[in-house]
Amino acid sequence: MMYALCFMVFLVGLYGVSCKKNIVKIILGVVIMEYALNLFLVLLGYRRGGIPPILDRSMETTQFASQAVDPLPQALVLTSIVIGLGTLSLMVAIAIRLYERYGTFDVTEIRKLKG
Amino acid sequence: MNWRDTLVPFYTALPLCGAFLIPMVSRKVRWFADFFAILILTLLVAGCGALFGHQQVYTFGNWPAPYGIVLVLDPLSWLLLFLVNLIGLMAAIFSVPYIERLYTSKLRYCSLFLLMIAGMNGMVLTGDLFNLFVFMEIATIASYALVGFGCEARELEASFKYLVIGTIGSSFILLAIALLYGKTATLNMADIARQIAPLQSDPLVLFSFVLCLVGFFIKAAVVPFHAWLPDAHPSAPSPVSAMLSGVVIKAVGVYALVRLVFNVFGFSHLTGQILVGAGILSMMVGVILAVNQWDFKRLLAYHSVSQIGYVILGIGLGTPLGIAGGLFHLFNHSLFKSLLFLDSGSVEYETGTRDLNRMGDLAQKMPVTSLSTLVASLSISGIPPFNGFWSKLLIILACVQAGRPGAALWAVAGSILTLSSFTKVLRYAFFGRGQKFDEASWKEYREVPVLMLVPTIFLALLCLAASILAAGGEHGFFGDATGVLLRGAGSYITTVLGGQG
Amino acid sequence: MTGTEYLQEKGLSVVVKTATRWMKGFIFLYGAYIVCFGHLTPGGGFPGGVIIAATFVLITLAFGREYALGKLGKLLASELDSLGALLFLFLAAGGLYAGSKFFTNFIEKAHPTGTFRLFSAGIIPLCNISIGVKVGASLFMVFIILAVVRVVVVNGKGKLITTEKAGTK
Repeated sequence: MMYALCFMVFLVGLYGVSCKKNIVKIILGVVIMEYALNLFLVLLGYRRGGIPPILDRSMETTQFASQAVDPLPQALVLTSIVIGLGTLSLMVAIAIRLYERYGTFDVTEIRKLKG
Repeated sequence: MNWRDTLVPFYTALPLCGAFLIPMVSRKVRWFADFFAILILTLLVAGCGALFGHQQVYTFGNWPAPYGIVLVLDPLSWLLLFLVNLIGLMAAIFSVPYIERLYTSKLRYCSLFLLMIAGMNGMVLTGDLFNLFVFMEIATIASYALVGFGCEARELEASFKYLVIGTIGSSFILLAIALLYGKTATLNMADIARQIAPLQSDPLVLFSFVLCLVGFFIKAAVVPFHAWLPDAHPSAPSPVSAMLSGVVIKAVGVYALVRLVFNVFGFSHLTGQILVGAGILSMMVGVILAVNQWDFKRLLAYHSVSQIGYVILGIGLGTPLGIAGGLFHLFNHSLFKSLLFLDSGSVEYETGTRDLNRMGDLAQKMPVTSLSTLVASLSISGIPPFNGFWSKLLIILACVQAGRPGAALWAVAGSILTLSSFTKVLRYAFFGRGQKFDEASWKEYREVPVLMLVPTIFLALLCLAASILAAGGEHGFFGDATGVLLRGAGSYITTVLGGQG
Repeated sequence: MTGTEYLQEKGLSVVVKTATRWMKGFIFLYGAYIVCFGHLTPGGGFPGGVIIAATFVLITLAFGREYALGKLGKLLASELDSLGALLFLFLAAGGLYAGSKFFTNFIEKAHPTGTFRLFSAGIIPLCNISIGVKVGASLFMVFIILAVVRVVVVNGKGKLITTEKAGTK
């Protein structure tokens, strides 16, 4: 059920990217899509009744391995968040410069390249 | 030899080191940026020569394959590695005078360029699915920044369009990776191949396959998803356009698609049909839209769409001759398309325009550039004895052999239209006059500097020399790479999980 | 200018300035803690670097642009950025020097220590520190370039000819 919700948030982001006219809304759509993907990736590691994947002094490693939530998706999500951050900063920088060149944030008016 | 085993990780480490060293050192020493970039790329190309025929699985940190990240060097990876580094070296040499005159910040350009090379090298070598995604993002984010490098209005618009569409593609690919990880609990491509081999019709696997297909079609600019390419490739600086059309859409788009479809998911008849259909569509749409263009680089960009269609058609046939033809056309297209973009850069350097109407009679003022453009145009149109003829011939023969004469006819029609649009380029720009030709400024034109001529001459010679590689058809030079794809998931699994070192 | 005049000149109000002056050390220390204990507790290079960058962003917001650029200028941030990445690559190549592959934990193999201690796990805390420095410096540079440096558009063609810092306000 949670996975279906993640997918719905992803579709909301996709709708924002494809159907909105304001550049800032397109950027927010991309951010929402990436957020949904990261959430989906973290939720994949969930185990019912699991403990956080931090080894404590008092715990046996076998007991830890059988009870802990999967830590690999957490590492993947960390990388993915940083990639999203890089993309976002590039997008915002380009959007600011676009506003200075064209004077508008409306995508339908930023159309000098045609044909 | 033992020292060859340690060469493989330097393909990602050296360009990354260069990309971060250049901003630090270049502020004090002006010439360091170009020199270091060209030095690194020369070392990498020389390393490719040393690694020819070598097959290896490099385990980082001595963690064995399903647990750690591995780099896999097999003949297909070697082919693309060679292409990426060779075209990178040519573009780096070309950009020394070009960026000097037309753009502002040399050190940022060289740094981003090396990041793009590092990303593509890593992507071609890796055997781990999420590592593929990370390196793909490194390469494409560097290319988004490079497309908008001169910060004029059109270039920023093109860069933004490319960025948004590319990010959508990357999101689809990440979703597919997440689904595959959820199913198999591992990220190693060979291990995933082993686990999903019995699960061919599982809906989750099918869904992630479709997502992968769409994501990589967006990256490779195959026709329903090609909208970013005619805006992005002309707006970039010319050496970057040569890299983008010449290697990025191949390493990031076609290579990853081919690796996943053949070695991980397994090649089925339906996949072949989809690839053949997409190939024919790309071929025809690309070339029909290209005939009408008057902007030199936009015409070349549409031709990129069309030629990638040929490659996808060849690979989609699934027969040994077809795959060999597709890979050979990939190789040739890198050579002649980057040559064409470098030539358009020379023309832009000298005349200051990309509009075919404003150019004229350049053969008298810039003989070497005209000759290399002639060679490249003959190659791309498929005229013997240049390399384009042989690879297109292989693909057409493979279509007929696989029982699809209709595809062969479409391929021939596309080739004829390609010839007609390049005749237009040659007639208006080099051997005749455009309609808005300006005589006064024409008298001032000279041949471009030597550093810009050397890569074009070298690539033109390679275009001629690469015809020899056609000898032997599917058992010749491209036989090993074809074999990697043909033998499918099984041999990839034994390569990666069996032999580790 | 005297103390009270400075306090009332740029940035936000006196309350924010005083609070920031007390808190910035602790926030920086918290970021450094997350970076250094990355092999024992959740965190590591990336989140710690973000918090370190947030310290400098807070100083910029509270005190105004010139003060923050004096503390960690654009040039120094760029150098730290490159240094962090080069240090990470150098640590990765250290595995090669020790006769094995890239990214081998050569410190751990040479001097094995116990678990759950701060000075353990070989190159991992060092990698965390280098990544923390890099991420902190580069995020601060992104903030400075987006919010502080203004691009001057000359002769209407929109060509990036000069960039200048926003005037004193």
